[in-house]
Amino acid sequence: MLKFLLQGLRAPLTEPPPALDAELAALAAALDRTARKRLGRGLAIRQVDAGSCNGCELEIHALNNAFHDLERFGLRFVASPRHADVLLVTGPVTKNMREALERTWNATPDPKWVVAVGDCGADGGVFAGSYAVVGGVSAVVPVDLVIRGCPPSPTQLLRGLLSLLTP
Amino acid sequence: MTALAALLAAGIPVGGHYPWPCAAVSETVWRDAATTLADGALTLLGLWGEPGRAHMALLEEPAAIAVVSLDCPDGHYPSVGAMHAPAIRLERAMRDLFGLIPEGLPDTRPWLDHGRWGEDMPPAASYPFLPAIGEALHQIPVGPVHAGIIEPGHFRFTAQGETVVRLEERLGYVHKGIEALLSDAQIARAERIVARTSGDSTVAYSLGFARAVEAALDITPPPRAVWLRAVMAELERLANHFGDFGAICNDASFAIVLAHCAVLRERVLRAASACFGHRLMMDRIVPGGVAVDLGAAGIARLRDLLPTLGDAFAPLVALYDKTASLLDRTVTTGILKPELARRFGAGGYVGRASGRNFDARKQPGYPPYDELRFDVPVLTDGDVNARVWIRVHEIRESLGLLEQLLTRLPDGPVLMSLENVSSGPGEGMALVEAFRGDLLVWLRIVEGRVQRCHLRDASWFQWPLLEAVIEGNIVADFPLCNKSFNCSYSGHDL
Repeated sequence: MLKFLLQGLRAPLTEPPPALDAELAALAAALDRTARKRLGRGLAIRQVDAGSCNGCELEIHALNNAFHDLERFGLRFVASPRHADVLLVTGPVTKNMREALERTWNATPDPKWVVAVGDCGADGGVFAGSYAVVGGVSAVVPVDLVIRGCPPSPTQLLRGLLSLLTP
Repeated sequence: MTALAALLAAGIPVGGHYPWPCAAVSETVWRDAATTLADGALTLLGLWGEPGRAHMALLEEPAAIAVVSLDCPDGHYPSVGAMHAPAIRLERAMRDLFGLIPEGLPDTRPWLDHGRWGEDMPPAASYPFLPAIGEALHQIPVGPVHAGIIEPGHFRFTAQGETVVRLEERLGYVHKGIEALLSDAQIARAERIVARTSGDSTVAYSLGFARAVEAALDITPPPRAVWLRAVMAELERLANHFGDFGAICNDASFAIVLAHCAVLRERVLRAASACFGHRLMMDRIVPGGVAVDLGAAGIARLRDLLPTLGDAFAPLVALYDKTASLLDRTVTTGILKPELARRFGAGGYVGRASGRNFDARKQPGYPPYDELRFDVPVLTDGDVNARVWIRVHEIRESLGLLEQLLTRLPDGPVLMSLENVSSGPGEGMALVEAFRGDLLVWLRIVEGRVQRCHLRDASWFQWPLLEAVIEGNIVADFPLCNKSFNCSYSGHDL
């Protein structure tokens, strides 16, 4: 039984990596080459939900499935900001999550990058203007890359994250 | 006369409230309703406020539903939570959002309001957790930022050694002010916000909202739209149940099941994207019908997918059931007693794994499910294992439902225009079965706009039960218990 189940996950499920578009390539080029040299071709990602509807989280989860297989690119999710190079932040940052996001950012060692995910992470999305919402992620911590979409598909997420690795 | 009919008869009928009756009641009748809830003759479906008024939705099983409304111009009303615990957090939220004071509610702490909405912020540490008194106790604070890719919330464990003595949740971190954004909103804007209340249930939320708008405006969407809505709802249920089945096994460190279930979930989402243009089918259900039709190619793709899913899932279930080390973690872990599930009106797999036979697709029921054959699985063990098996059975039922839906899909238009229909005023309600349980939507339409809309996720009545089931279990089993509940943070925090 186990043998059968293990066989089911081998190729050909895993798909070739998506091509980068010009806009993302430009963003990636803006990143610090020295820091990238120091980190090599691997990035540890800490995901922070700062007010999302959980749609973005579902698609971020999908990066780990056999079709997308994030770890083959040296990208992996870690359990603590203290182990992270990248904070992957979703949500129109809520006022109730603002301090938690700031503290997570402060707990992440330099050099670090922040990727704002989703239309809400970009500018607050449909929740912009609410009394309970700060707005996009960049209103609270400095953002290096924005991956739009509601939610962005795993392919869009993968393309964005790969741009961090390929200057 | 039934308990519900007696309460309605003691009030003044409110016109223009569909499809279930509403009565304006006095404080005395409001208190009677609370007492009847506490006696167990009624189940609380929802409790919400608006400036100067409180509303309470009641269920008399099997399927009688009504709303009682209480005017409280001075902002005070008799607390329901003082007598009936499931109302406590709803009343704390009403106080935070509308300033309505529940007279007699012992818990005076805020709930969704963390003191950060205005300019003056009290210190974050000022929230007092409930005490646990005894020897050799220690506290474990967890969150709001958790170790996995999950939503934020705070769990305060008090443990003696490995054993949990008390768990208290503190939620509200993802409060986005959704009900305020929905006040005086155009229907088209409101439907986009409602669809983003809990992303994993976006289809169910849009369905509930559409049905409530249609009830308020007294319109009936075309038959094909009604059936396509059910196709999307069952695809959403499948995708989530596959994900949960895998994730529960993964929380017992049995990762192979998650790896396979994640593939099945991905196949469902890809089919959804190909058929409806969005992986989560967000914004596809709208008042008046559905935004996108399903072509012959889409039907063929889904019909090909169904047996593939069923065939691939069966050996995973067999593996689960034959792996003693896995069952050792799930059997007798996190038991929810049937009496507690009944008192809290626990919906979805949480209730149905603890003997509560309630599924909004059956009772009160809504089309097209009245024309379809399906069973509602019910178990009584109430442990993590039972919540796993309810999902297994529901996956099989959803596959059968989709087969029927695709075979007998009616022809015709899929969307009617709202231009030449009533613009209100009217109040509409809907109760629909999301993957995690019954979702209540109540709204008022005035001059073609949403004047007020309340959304009550199934999680409101499930979160408090998670605190109860973890008691006496070891800390390491909390992720299993939590995943087997899989409550929504965003759907609850609004």
